[in-house]
Amino acid sequence: MGWNEFAFLLRGLQWTVALSLVGFIGGGVFGLAVALARTSGQPLLERVTAGYIGLFQGTPLLMQLFVVYYGLALIGLKLDAWVAVSIGFTLHASAFLGEIWRGSIQAVPRGQTEAANALSLHYVSRMKDVVLPQAFRISLPATVGFLVQLIKGTSLAAIVGFTELARAGNIVSNQTFKPLLVFAVVGALYFVMCWPLSLYGAHLERRFAAASR
Amino acid sequence: MAAANASPAPASAQPMIAMRGVEKWYGDYKALTDINLTVASGEKIVLCGPSGSGKSTLIRCINHLEPYSAGEIRVDGTLLGDDRKTIDAVRREVGMVFQQFNLFPHLTVMQNCTLAPMRSRGLGKAQAEAVARRLLDRVKILDQADKFPAQLSGGQQQRVAIARALCMKPKVMLFDEPTSALDPEMVKEVLDTMISLAEDGMTMICVTHEMGFARQVADRVIFMAGGAIVEEGHPAEFFKAPKHERTRKFLGEILGH
Ligand SMILES: Nc1ncnc2c1ncn2[C@@H]1O[C@H](COP(=O)(O)OP(=O)(O)OP(=O)(O)O)[C@@H](O)[C@H]1O
Ligand SMILES: [Mg+2]
Repeated sequence: MGWNEFAFLLRGLQWTVALSLVGFIGGGVFGLAVALARTSGQPLLERVTAGYIGLFQGTPLLMQLFVVYYGLALIGLKLDAWVAVSIGFTLHASAFLGEIWRGSIQAVPRGQTEAANALSLHYVSRMKDVVLPQAFRISLPATVGFLVQLIKGTSLAAIVGFTELARAGNIVSNQTFKPLLVFAVVGALYFVMCWPLSLYGAHLERRFAAASR
Repeated sequence: MAAANASPAPASAQPMIAMRGVEKWYGDYKALTDINLTVASGEKIVLCGPSGSGKSTLIRCINHLEPYSAGEIRVDGTLLGDDRKTIDAVRREVGMVFQQFNLFPHLTVMQNCTLAPMRSRGLGKAQAEAVARRLLDRVKILDQADKFPAQLSGGQQQRVAIARALCMKPKVMLFDEPTSALDPEMVKEVLDTMISLAEDGMTMICVTHEMGFARQVADRVIFMAGGAIVEEGHPAEFFKAPKHERTRKFLGEILGH
């Protein structure tokens, strides 16, 4: 495996990183919206978002990417592979993060909301200043865990012909006939992405624990 | 002393709190029955009664932490409705102190005190901090302003909670068993804070079983049972000659041992 092959892997890595970032950011933004809707006290909103979460938690990510890519093509919406997997990952991540954060919001003691209400804090401030910072701390291990899963899950984007890291590895391995070496490198690259994230999560947890001691 | 100049306000003055025929239902359970209560500006009320008698429910209706089901509640003249606007208006004037403190654990003592004045009174940071410093000093905890709640004792936390409520410059303070979660040696520091607040003329409704506090501070003691007001009176008469059998039984239980 020479420099050319390694450069090819790095280009795959770029896409993996890009796709992960889209999943994090899109999933973060829409996941927050899902979590807020799930805890809004509005029966219709709560039911719709519960259905959304159920659907995406109950089906494999692979199917979801399939449906977004080929399904939408069937109804005449031919999407670029990059756009399709971005949409797929965002939908997937917002369902999972939405559910994780829904649980964390509800795990913040009721007294916190009551105190905020008694101080006449309106909804936005109550959430932004009081509930969400506490919910975020509670959710941290699960959130980091999911994001790590998501990075590894980007390998499934290969199914719609998207050349991210895992698929790039596959291609290089087929060219060089050195699958062990190639996939060891690919694995190391995934590890280099995921491990710091886990470390950072653990670091944040320790910092929060220290602040509230 | 508050009890000495007990005639609180001239009859013509608008009451600070007026509850008329208030009822509260939880599903088909009636938690409050025909509550009529008028609290004059500057008046101190102590609310007592057995567990489940509706004391918390009553005071939580006043700032709409619980919506009431029937009757009407006016706070400083404002009719408390179900709309955001009147609820917010009332909540800005009514401070509340909880049994479990309910301080915001991720914010420092100072931030706990400045959040609401900045967000719902529109104060600038410097202004809000100046107010907070004055009130933290008043509850004798200014030196802990940069700590987090978990770094304080229970008594200190409850004094911060009182200061936090006062930072909104409320016209009324509601206390729901503010000393019940405290270790005995910390009860006094919190009661002393409440007494000094009472001496400054704050309108207060306190749910508490601290009968010493009631004797010293209250203009009226109200006894509730089964969701209704059973009896009320000036502490001197209330403790010496309770009229109702249930009141006598209750007082016997909490004072007797
Ligand atoms: N959210 C609720 N849903 C249903 N019932 C409730 C609810 N909150 C209170 N109740 C009921 O209403 C009654 C009055 O409760 P409340 O908390 O006002 O009593 P309390 O006098 O404050 O008692 P304690 O001294 O134990 O605090 C109780 O029987 C209680 O079970
Ligand atoms: Mg109670």
